[in-house]
Amino acid sequence: MMDRIQKALTEKGKKAFVPYIMAGDGGLETLKEKLLFLQECGADAVEIGIPFSDPVADGPTIQEAGIRALSRGTTLRKVLEKVQTFKPEISIPLILMTYLNPLVAYGLEKFSEDAAESGISGCIIPDLPLEEEDFILPALEEHEISLISLVTLTTPVERIKEIGSKATGFIYAVTVTGITGARNDFSEDLAAFLSSIKSVSRVPVLAGFGVSNAEQVREVCKHCDGVIVGSKIIDLFEQGDLAEIKRLVSTSEGVSLT
Amino acid sequence: MTTNTYDLPDEKGHFGNYGGRFVPETLMHAVLELEKEYNRALADEEFHADLQKLMKDYVGRETPLYLAGNLTEHAGGAKIYLKREDLNHTGAHKINNTVGQALLAVRMGKRKIVAETGAGQHGVATATVCALLNLECVIFMGKEDIRRQQLNVFRMELLGAKVISVDAGSGTLKDAVNEALRYWVTNVRDTHYILGSVMGPHPFPKMVRDFQSVIGKETKQQFFEKEGKLPDALVACIGGGSNSIGLFYPFIEDNSVSIYGVEAAGLGLATDKHAASLSKGKPGVLHGAMMYLLQDEDGQIQEAHSISAGLDYPGIGPEHSYLHDINRITYESVTDDEALEAFQLLSKLEGIIPALESAHAIAYAVKLAAGMSKDERIVVCLSGRGDKDVQTIKDRIGGGME
Repeated sequence: MMDRIQKALTEKGKKAFVPYIMAGDGGLETLKEKLLFLQECGADAVEIGIPFSDPVADGPTIQEAGIRALSRGTTLRKVLEKVQTFKPEISIPLILMTYLNPLVAYGLEKFSEDAAESGISGCIIPDLPLEEEDFILPALEEHEISLISLVTLTTPVERIKEIGSKATGFIYAVTVTGITGARNDFSEDLAAFLSSIKSVSRVPVLAGFGVSNAEQVREVCKHCDGVIVGSKIIDLFEQGDLAEIKRLVSTSEGVSLT
Repeated sequence: MTTNTYDLPDEKGHFGNYGGRFVPETLMHAVLELEKEYNRALADEEFHADLQKLMKDYVGRETPLYLAGNLTEHAGGAKIYLKREDLNHTGAHKINNTVGQALLAVRMGKRKIVAETGAGQHGVATATVCALLNLECVIFMGKEDIRRQQLNVFRMELLGAKVISVDAGSGTLKDAVNEALRYWVTNVRDTHYILGSVMGPHPFPKMVRDFQSVIGKETKQQFFEKEGKLPDALVACIGGGSNSIGLFYPFIEDNSVSIYGVEAAGLGLATDKHAASLSKGKPGVLHGAMMYLLQDEDGQIQEAHSISAGLDYPGIGPEHSYLHDINRITYESVTDDEALEAFQLLSKLEGIIPALESAHAIAYAVKLAAGMSKDERIVVCLSGRGDKDVQTIKDRIGGGME
């Protein structure tokens, strides 16, 4: 049976576009308008970043957005409380991207309960590999929150198979060997990498890390089911360039389904 | 206390609830490969022979176990022995680990090395073995630490390493680890990360412990030769916890030996300027492992403070976290002022200028010895020499030609 995220990413019959925003960047009071705007632009789901003091998987753009959010007093608890207030107005899945420690501090059971209550459909935890998943999986499963798995260019074939066979929601294919942030070009192996994940995954495969313009969105979408764009969306919100966000979000629609 | 057979970590790198491998997927392959290669090396006599040869002829082991007579007399209680890790090549215990890991990197065909450093001792020890084995070396160091450890920065550069300043956060060890991890994520295919303490993802806490436990193994034998028995107590300072676990590990199952780890209390535990992760922190996940961390109620990691750059870290290795919980080791703390006093005390009484880190252990040992009887004996790990700290001390207490 398809979970909520899987369904949202496939039911429109187009390549998916999932933007990432940092909760609390620009003030938590802007979260609602940003989410409604992205929903209206046609985003198929939104990743909400939870700021963390030591984001080792993130590049400068997301690090700085996190520092701005923390300086405004953003906490996981406040984010969940805020989302709860406008939950009925959001019809696309919301996925939290958070490092593990804020969840540990919150309490894994309590977090899963409160996140579900706020309508959160999934979690991406960049410092939680397959080996440690049992740490939180039972709590998330109990509340029907998908744990999104990451696959990277350094993941061996056998491991991709193992991750692919267990994945829920979608598989997050990390398109660069590195941290988040805009890049000029991708590895030549990218097409083969994405195809190899597609061939073993029972859920959609979305590519992210370093995707920052329409051309890259179109290129990456040829080989998988959609894209995640983070740093670029953060920059555009920071510059107030909503028109460009709208254009970028709609780019994936034009890529024909393979 | 049930430590009669102690065989942690388990195969997934857990010490009870602590440890593990909480790293981005990009690093998992490298971490698993490192574990395999380390296990192969452990079973390979050639690796042990290469390591021992370097430890003896290059590092200068074994280091002496020295009865500090004047310090003992000053304290007025138990006899105080110093395990002289300050006499290693490069002036601290750090090289015990870097030699081992650099040999592993070469076995894995990785010719590029990245490392973090706080006080600069680990950076120097890493740059040193990289020079010896012709490996490319990049060291990340916090801006504040670069300021207070200028001499070590220059030493690393002399040895051919590239030192990169980290401005983020408080510009200290935690921030340097973040940047080193980001660099490793980006360059993992041809780069080995020589982590400098018993922290990070499995197998680092185990591997670094194993390399450092040469301290405790030598101590045990030397002490037996001198005294014909086991010491009554062991004392070592703790930042991440590598010199301490190195001394303690071979004694873990010897329940008659009391073991004391000394954290940095900075300006005092009642202030928010300290680095006492066990006394004031709670369990959480940072830099690849579950361990005690200084953090706020929302799980944001707090900045540590210590006059000593090597103890200025908001976490404590997973094995220490576990040994704390099962009460095998007693963790105490010593303030900046107490460490400064001990720094001068050891210099004047014994003609040994200790590292500020090690001065924390000395300060506690003097207090401990005073409360023990004259037929009892303490071994203190003198983890490094203090040349690097002389400028800091001079700025703090004044002195020199007026």
